[in-house]
Amino acid sequence: MEQKELIPHLFRTEYRKIVSVLCKRFGFDQIEIAEDIASDTFLTAAQTWGLKTVPQNPVAWLYEVAKNKAKNYLQRHSLFESKIAPEIRKHDVAYYEDEIDLSPQNSNDSQLQMMFAICHPSIPPEAQIGLSLRILCGFGIEEIAEAFLTSKETINKRLYRAKEKLREERIRLELPDANQIDERLAVVLTTIYLLFNEGYYSISQNGTIRKELCLEAIRLCTMLVENKFTNKPEVAALLSLMCFHASRFEARIDKEGELILYEEQDTNLWNPELISRGGYFLNCAASGNKISKYHLEAAIAYWHTQKCDTKEKWESILQLYNRLLQMEYSPIAALNRTYALSKANGKEEAIIEAEKLQLVSNHFYFTLLGELYMGIENRKAKLAFQQALSLAKTQTDKNTIQKKIEKL
Amino acid sequence: MLVFRHQDGKKLASPEQMQTWMKQTMDWIGGIAAQNKFSGGNGLPFEDSKVVWPNNVVTDGPFGEIKETIGGYVIVKADSVDEAVEFAKGSPVLQGEGNSVEVRRLAKGDGLH
Repeated sequence: MEQKELIPHLFRTEYRKIVSVLCKRFGFDQIEIAEDIASDTFLTAAQTWGLKTVPQNPVAWLYEVAKNKAKNYLQRHSLFESKIAPEIRKHDVAYYEDEIDLSPQNSNDSQLQMMFAICHPSIPPEAQIGLSLRILCGFGIEEIAEAFLTSKETINKRLYRAKEKLREERIRLELPDANQIDERLAVVLTTIYLLFNEGYYSISQNGTIRKELCLEAIRLCTMLVENKFTNKPEVAALLSLMCFHASRFEARIDKEGELILYEEQDTNLWNPELISRGGYFLNCAASGNKISKYHLEAAIAYWHTQKCDTKEKWESILQLYNRLLQMEYSPIAALNRTYALSKANGKEEAIIEAEKLQLVSNHFYFTLLGELYMGIENRKAKLAFQQALSLAKTQTDKNTIQKKIEKL
Repeated sequence: MLVFRHQDGKKLASPEQMQTWMKQTMDWIGGIAAQNKFSGGNGLPFEDSKVVWPNNVVTDGPFGEIKETIGGYVIVKADSVDEAVEFAKGSPVLQGEGNSVEVRRLAKGDGLH
């Protein structure tokens, strides 16, 4: 790897480990210090490696520098503290003499604990995603702002408030108790799924960032699957779901960054390795006696990796959506369910059901109506597509709808 | 609440018939859920069912003496009784001769259900 790419790459993979381990060590109230030391380590690396050659083992080098910086900090901190509060000196001496433990084991544990701390129920979801991107995924403030299509100031404020909240609530870096695990894990999974969707359906035009968001979500979920304590069926189901979706990454966006619809994708570009990983984790998820929405969504995603266009496929998808909607309503699930209904039971029935939905502010709703009326009542199809066009927000969506009108 | 009332619990449907009903019922409920109007529900299978009478008399199933049985229920989020009635009209239960769907308001909670 070129040196130019090496540091950003290492930043992405090592920053989070250093921050998590240091934060675990210093306590959550010192998270900014942990972040500063980690950033400072990379600054030192950029300066040193630019002048001399890159060390043989760059990761070990980074850890060594981070450890030294942390020790210096703890020593200074301890001296300061000992002058004001001599009685805690004994504690503090032990505090900085210990090694900073950047072993894979402690690094993984610290990252998992960090994940649970960030996804604490007291933090609003968008701040959870922001903090996850910053601390667990090593994203820059600029990149986060771009992913959310907002300004750096907004992101900075959001992250600052979230960290304040974590301090106020005295959140500790630890895994939740066994009796709380399901409840807390649910929030972590929601955040991971939102993170993935942010990349998969994002309005940001930056294709690289979008893909990275998805891969990071998969990585975080993989960490949960690899840990005995957090490896629950719904975690495997979520991982399976994301693998299935990600398998179409190369096929769903063209060279100009435009979205290619499912039916028009070059199936040769679907990633067979991710599809088989998805299948593996869907099997792992098939244990226990609880069906989560991730199970249903993973099963739906599985059917979408099947190239066939059979009655069985659409009937299965329809029944999965029927169950998913009973568990949790969402407009997009309602629309997808109606599309599956048209494939399984015919357009006539689907039109009746679609007219009942009345999602009149949603351009996808009118796109669906247009599709259903196409070939049955082309006049209504055109009207629906025109309404969709007036509601569509992005140029990509507008182009897609325009093409459909022209086809009529 | 929409309560499915079946005329005769004794009659056994063929597996194919059961499968068709099951699909129709799932599609019907899915349609209600797609409008964000589904609140809950359950089927009430006849297996292992008992009827408890006064003086500790227990008999098998709601068959024989009782002409009508309850096959299940669905709770919908309807703004009015009329809306709930419209949902009920779509129930596949009504295809069976003598069957009916009873529409009842839940006593607790806010407004109509």
